[in-house]
Amino acid sequence: MAIDKRVGSAAEAVADIGEGAVVMISGFGGAGFANSLVLALRDRKVGGLTLVVNSATHPLSQTHTLIEAGLVRKVICSAARGRGTALSAFEQLHKDGKIELVCLPQGTFAESIRAGGAGIPAYYTPAGYGTDLGAGKEVRQFNGRGYVLEEAITADVAFVRGDVADRFGNLTFRHAQKNFGPAMATAAKLTIAEVRVAQSEPITPDRIELPGVFVNRVVTA
Amino acid sequence: MTPLNRQQIAWRVGQDFENGMLVNLGLGMPVNCSDYIREGREVVIQSENGVIGAGPLASANAADSDLVDAGSRKITIAPGGTVIDSAWSFAMIRGGHIDVTVLGAFEVAANGDLANWDNRIPDKGPLVGGAMDLAAAAKEVWVMMDHTTRKGAPRLLRTCTLPLTAPSCVTRIYTDLAVIFRDAAGFLVKEIIAGLSREELQARTGAPLRFAGDCGVLAAPEIAEKD
Repeated sequence: MAIDKRVGSAAEAVADIGEGAVVMISGFGGAGFANSLVLALRDRKVGGLTLVVNSATHPLSQTHTLIEAGLVRKVICSAARGRGTALSAFEQLHKDGKIELVCLPQGTFAESIRAGGAGIPAYYTPAGYGTDLGAGKEVRQFNGRGYVLEEAITADVAFVRGDVADRFGNLTFRHAQKNFGPAMATAAKLTIAEVRVAQSEPITPDRIELPGVFVNRVVTA
Repeated sequence: MTPLNRQQIAWRVGQDFENGMLVNLGLGMPVNCSDYIREGREVVIQSENGVIGAGPLASANAADSDLVDAGSRKITIAPGGTVIDSAWSFAMIRGGHIDVTVLGAFEVAANGDLANWDNRIPDKGPLVGGAMDLAAAAKEVWVMMDHTTRKGAPRLLRTCTLPLTAPSCVTRIYTDLAVIFRDAAGFLVKEIIAGLSREELQARTGAPLRFAGDCGVLAAPEIAEKD
């Protein structure tokens, strides 16, 4: 039977994501947010989620709707600051002790996901050494410099946004859409891509930026 | 004396970018530095989200939400530029491939400690982004900031009071009053604005200043402040 990872809708693509899932969400600064998948997940109303997302509060991402809906137990991110002085939904929930926060330097966030998909359980990085974000973590000196031991991050599901997909799940990205997508796709048991175009015809091999072996489902959005 | 405005500080930083440098510009004031690269020099601007060779801001009709910089600004890609993914971008950063990162700061200490990510606003969420990776691993960390707080308190200190971004990383500080290099002995003033005495600059600084033998005048062309 021919491989065809295209599914009919975002709702269908997220239909089996369960309570307590660890969900990676790609996107940075308005580029590459998989917002259709995020909204479809919100509509499923499964709770206890752990989000692995660079920013928990970016206004162009729909990630905050999962938080506002009370579906999120924990956030792993590099940024969670709402705009202005008023508290965002995340900030209020965190203040009230209802949502757990792990804040990582962005490079650690990215590398931990990459490591998670690459079979590396932990690694040393100079980022965060000698700071509050490195406090309590194992440190070690190499060549006279201090490094922090950081552990890999994996997930049950990853949402990525691409430009074109083919039926094999091969993806291309437009510009800065790529950001965390390729790493997240390798680090999750189930990767769902939302794309502008999902075609039957295979993408030219040299144009593929994420091989379809890392993508399980594709939806047009 | 007339302190530099923020665009003029960005201009002054921009003058020091050398041909062929790979430069990362932080959020806020630093992103303006790319407007002031000297004629005849080509500098590759790296943005932490993976843009290598970030160009000027996009015009309204060319703006594309898939092409943004670290500050979510819609930009263009300069000739020769490309986009890589975040894991690779930070491999570039941590791997020591960035010649200079220009960052804003709340405080810098005489030993090079940098505090620029957490100004302790109660209950607000954290915002570290790529600052710690950049500060820890760029070949040089240049800070641009106002010399004092709005209330007049020094930001150049013996010891930072705010949480650190990285220890002992800052190599230069460009302020509205002076250009200062930071070495193993502390702060070394290279340029100071006209009409401000060395004693007056020291009075606005929370750590001892040394003055370079060739200490010059910090001056910039008239440039209107932008919002």
